[in-house]
This record gives sequence, C-alpha cells and structure tokens, in this order.
Amino acid sequence: MAAATARWNHVWVGTETGILKGVNLQRKQAANFTAAGQPRREEAVSALCWGAGGEARILVGCADGTVKRFDTEEGIFQGQRHCPGGEGTFRGLAQADGNLITCMDSGILRVWHDDEKETSSDPLLELRVGPEVCRMRQDPAHPHVVATGGKENALKVWDLQGSKEPVFKAKNVRNDWLNLRVPIWEQDIQFLPGSQKLVTCTGYQQVRVYDPASPQRRPVLESTYGEYPLTAMTLTPEGNSVIVGNTHGQLAEIDFRQGRLLGCLKGLAGSVRGLQCHPSKPLLASCGLDRVLRIHRIRNPRGLEHKIYLKSRLNCLLLSGRDNWEDEPQEQEPDKTPIEDTETDELWASLEAAAKRKLPGLDPTHGAHQTRRKKKRPGSTSS
Amino acid sequence: MAKAGGTSGGGGKKSLKRKAAAQEPQEATVVAGDAATENGVPPPKAAAFPPGFSISEIKNKQRRHLMFTRWKQQQRKEKLAAKKKLKKERDALGDKAPPKPVPKTIDNQRVYDETTVDPNDEEVAYDEATDEFSSYFNRQTSPKILITTSDRPHGRTVRLCEQLSTVIPDSHVYYRRGLALKKIIPQCISRDFTDLIVINEDRKIPNGLILCHLPNGPTAHFKMSSVRLRKEIKRRGKDPTEHVPEIILNNFTTRLGHSIGRMFASLFPHNPQFIGRQVATFHNQRDYIFFRFHRYIFKSEKKVGIQELGPRFTLKLRSLQKGTFDSKYGEYEWVHKPREMDTSRRKFHL
Repeated sequence: MAAATARWNHVWVGTETGILKGVNLQRKQAANFTAAGQPRREEAVSALCWGAGGEARILVGCADGTVKRFDTEEGIFQGQRHCPGGEGTFRGLAQADGNLITCMDSGILRVWHDDEKETSSDPLLELRVGPEVCRMRQDPAHPHVVATGGKENALKVWDLQGSKEPVFKAKNVRNDWLNLRVPIWEQDIQFLPGSQKLVTCTGYQQVRVYDPASPQRRPVLESTYGEYPLTAMTLTPEGNSVIVGNTHGQLAEIDFRQGRLLGCLKGLAGSVRGLQCHPSKPLLASCGLDRVLRIHRIRNPRGLEHKIYLKSRLNCLLLSGRDNWEDEPQEQEPDKTPIEDTETDELWASLEAAAKRKLPGLDPTHGAHQTRRKKKRPGSTSS
Repeated sequence: MAKAGGTSGGGGKKSLKRKAAAQEPQEATVVAGDAATENGVPPPKAAAFPPGFSISEIKNKQRRHLMFTRWKQQQRKEKLAAKKKLKKERDALGDKAPPKPVPKTIDNQRVYDETTVDPNDEEVAYDEATDEFSSYFNRQTSPKILITTSDRPHGRTVRLCEQLSTVIPDSHVYYRRGLALKKIIPQCISRDFTDLIVINEDRKIPNGLILCHLPNGPTAHFKMSSVRLRKEIKRRGKDPTEHVPEIILNNFTTRLGHSIGRMFASLFPHNPQFIGRQVATFHNQRDYIFFRFHRYIFKSEKKVGIQELGPRFTLKLRSLQKGTFDSKYGEYEWVHKPREMDTSRRKFHL
C-alpha cells in the first residue's frame, strides 16, 4: 500500500531522526520511509535531491556520510554508497549525467561515479572549496556548474568540467560606515534562470545579487530583511522575487530587481530549514524546526493552504514539480493471466465483458482499505 | 409640603415604590392610550408596558434606579424558584435523574491540538529517547545547576536566587559580574554543569528566567511573574531541608509541552528522598506554568495536609531555542508570536 501511494506524494521531507516522509496533500497523509526500518539519529537527513530520470528517484544524504537511493515508484530504499568527505555533514547534493556531486561541511567537494554496483570507489574529481561551507547549489540550466558559499567563505562558482580554480569568486563589500570589515556568511544560493546571475541570502540579514557577467565582483544589489539570520531561500515562479526565511520563522518575499519587500507570510513558529516553490503554481512549501510542514499560496490571495504536523524536526524538503496534483485513478489490478483455452473462447469473451464491468466496482473497496495514517480525530488521543 | 417632601424624599422605599408603581401604570396606560388611539387596539387593563419600553428610557435617575432594583429582585426570585423546582424534580426522580450538565470553561473548550503526544507513538518516543535530555533520563549524568542573575541584581532577586538554590539540590549561586553569557557557558561546560538558570531583573523585581541545558541543549526563555518570596507566603512551614524533593509535572500534553516538562525534570536528581516529604510542582494551565514547593504529610490513607514552603512564581514560555544561549544567531524551535498565536482564547500551545 505504501508502495502504491508513494508515487502520488507531493512533498518529500527529510527529518533529523533519519526518516524520509512522503506527504500527499490531496489525501492529507504522511508516510514514513526508513532504510533500516527503524529511525536512527545518526542517519539524520541533511540533503535531498532528485535522482536521474525525472522525479522517479530521490538521493538522500545522511549525517554519517552515506547517500541513499530511494525509489518513489516502489517506495523503498534501493542502495547506498558511502561518500566520505571530511568532517561535518552534507551541505549540497546534486547529480549530473550519472555522476554524483557532494559537498561537505569541511569544504571538500567530490564528484562520484554513480553506479548501482560500486559502493565505494575513488571520487572522479575533488575540489577544496574552503572551510565551513553552508550551501552548495547546482545550476539547473548547466548541470556541471555549481556554486558554494559559507561562513567566512565567499561565494564561488565552479565549473566541474573546467579548471580547478573557481570561474567566479565574489569579493566582499566595502567596509561599512565605521570602516569595519563586513563579515560574510552565505547561507543559501540560488541561480537565476535565463542569465548568469546568482542570489544569495546571508546570516547577517542580507539578500545579495551577484552577476558574473559584469566586471564587478561585488554584489550588484543588496537588501536587508529582519533582525535574524536568513536560513533558506527559494525563487518564485514568475522570476522577479525570492522568498526567504529566517531563524524566527518569518517568511518574506523580496523583489531582487528593486530590492524591496513585497510581503510576508505568517504561520511558522520555528526556524525555517527548507523552502521550495512550485515551478508553475503559486505554492510554497516550508519546513522547519517546529515539526510542521506548511504549504502557502503566494498570491491571489496570500495565505496558508495546508499545515501538516510531522512528529520530528524537519531538515530539508523536495516539492514535486509536476503539474497535476490530483491522484490518478486507481490502476487496474495486474492483468489476470489468460488461460489458453481455445475451446471456450466465446465463454471467455462473455466473461471478460462481465469482468470489465466488475472491476470499477472493486476499486472503491480497494481504496477504502488504505489506512489513513495521518488523520487524527479530535478527542482520540489521551492528554 | 414637608410631608409631601418627606414621603417623596426620605420616605420608605415602599411608599415611593407604590407611588412609582401607581404612576407607572398611569403613564403606561396613558402611553398605551396614545398607542391605542394611534392603532385602534384597546390597551390591557393591567400594568402592560408598550413593546419597546425599557427601564433605561426613564429619564429620572432615582425612579430608574428603583425600577432597576425591583426588576433585579424579581429576576433573582425567579432564578431561585427555578433552581428549587429543578432540585425538587431531581429529588423526585432519584436515580433516574439525568446527569448534571457540565459547565463550559475555557479549559473544556480547548481547541484540539494536533501536536498532542500519544503515549503509544513510536516516532515521538524515539525522538525523546535520543534527544538532548536522554543522558539525564538514562541515568548517565546527574544535574548540577548554576544560578545567576542579570547584572547588578537588587535584594528581591538575590533572595529569590538563594531560596531557589535551597529548593533545587546541587545548585550553586554565583554573582554575575557583568560577564557575557556566551563566555560563561563554555566555562560551565568545562566544570561539568548541566544547567544554567539566569534570573532577569527589571526595576528591582525579577521578571524573566532563562533556562539553558548544557552542553548543547535547548535554551528556554520564560516570562516570570507573581514572584513571592518565603516571608511573603502566608501560613508557610519551616524552611526546606536538604532532602531531594519529588517532582510533579502537570498537564504538559503537547510536543512542546513535553520538551519543556523534560527540561524541568532534568533540573532535579533522580531519586527523591521520600523521608523529606517535599515536593516541587510545575503545573501548566492555559500556557502558564505555576511553580510551587510544598511539604506534605499523610494524616490517613486519603487525607493529606500540605504546607507551602519555598518561593512561588508563574512562568510563561517566550521562546525555545535549539542550542545553547545565542539569542541573535541561534535557531529557534518555537517562538511565541502574540499577534499570530494568541488570536483564539481557546488555543494553547503547551
């Protein structure tokens, strides 16, 4: 049952207890998936990304340095590989042309050959990005281009097919009005589609736009929001603005062409750990330390759509980008093996007609058997 | 003249009432008469007030007050009569009487919280078994508390700290010499402290409490109110002894409540000494946590006598931050946002 429903999950969330949760918003259900059957804190999910072949696979990066492959069609973990890279946990996970790109907290970026059989082999490419990396992001338009940034680690754009030096290395802004050096803490990076620009959000409340095509290495635009470090960022479908979240659970939409605040979203009570917008619909999924997954509508009108309580602290999420969010009708049962009986062909013909009429009747009962795992009735739990 | 004045002014209420009563029907009938002339319906003979008349329309304050008190007395009488009647019916029915209706309270009407912890939930059980307090609950560490205040505390705060240190065993009070908390915390960790309590003071009264679990545990920030020191508690017992008290944690039902409850529980050593007959209570009601410290004695199997001993205060959670104290750059697990969270009177978070 879990296997059958895993395909229709809209959001995949990774938790601190090592559980991968698939959430279906139409049915308001959440299902837990673990590799070992038991949650384990050592396997806390720190990075999620889609695997090869559309959204059929998810690559799950865990805190102990392993990357697990999860099949969304089947709903099971298929295999894992150990991707060591120094101390710390995964800060970025991406896949390109059958290769796996991982970046750890210590600054070691490695490209691995993603093969089903080989569990541990030497990396194809290794780069030292600088200590204390907070995020590594892959350019969706150019899969071999990645950007990294961190605490006192300036934004660098790397071309994995090119040289070992970064293609673009950002320069720090000028000293502030007290002539003090402005500290750097890049928390999240996004590539802007259609151009070479990048947007970053920092732990010092700044949102910055960099343009590698322009001669200046300093940020082209900078704006601030709030009083608390910004932890997550995502691009909106229209492409003019970003939505950022900070450690207090405040979400804001900021226009990066003018640098002004467009609006805020309410509801979160804890630090925002994961944010993702749908590529075409005006929906935003957010998860954080308050253990709740929220789906907001960004425009017409701005507000909360769904709120699902998932019992562990949430680290990262993946929102399915597919267009139809309705469930496909229950598939027919795997075809009954036709008995080769030439004598009773007419009998079989008449029987098949009757069976076709019967099958749609079977489906609702099959659907009703599916357990509703997330629907808590009021008053059912004891206080 | 005088007589008329006497009856109208100082006369008994009854006379005035009769006068007022006598006047009212006259006025009523006069008004009704007017209404009748307008509508063509004959007015009733008794004191029938026309529809839409209310006592507040009487312009004369004394008369209005009288009418109101009369109406009030009548209401009270009717209510008493109804109660008596109901009681009689209940007695008459005896066992077959329907159960008494339960009055609605805000606690009864509480909006169901989806984060309420189910005792059989495995995921939450695993989460709690491996969280920051697991080393305490697995009996691997025993608590050692450091109590301090904000800089330059005044008398009440200092006395509260001293009294708290008698309530919490193995706690030490240190004077805060203007040191930064972020610098105190690594020193505490190196000296094996498990918790840090900072009592914040404003205008000579304590008004905040920061409870930080070490080495890397969550930090809870509370608002403290209604602080009563020992000498301000009436009918209190003698000072608490050195025995380890028992703990009572009431009504921490949600996931957040569980975390806070575990934080409080990890302040006290594991094995309470029942000889001491002392108990510390953290009672949560409507998101306010009431702290009381009592000594109890069982007079018989069912009857207990209690004496309130130590300080008493009320706490309200403002924020729970993951990690040790870092209000600027730390990540918050829960922040109280009044304009978003306090919209409903029946929704509570702890």
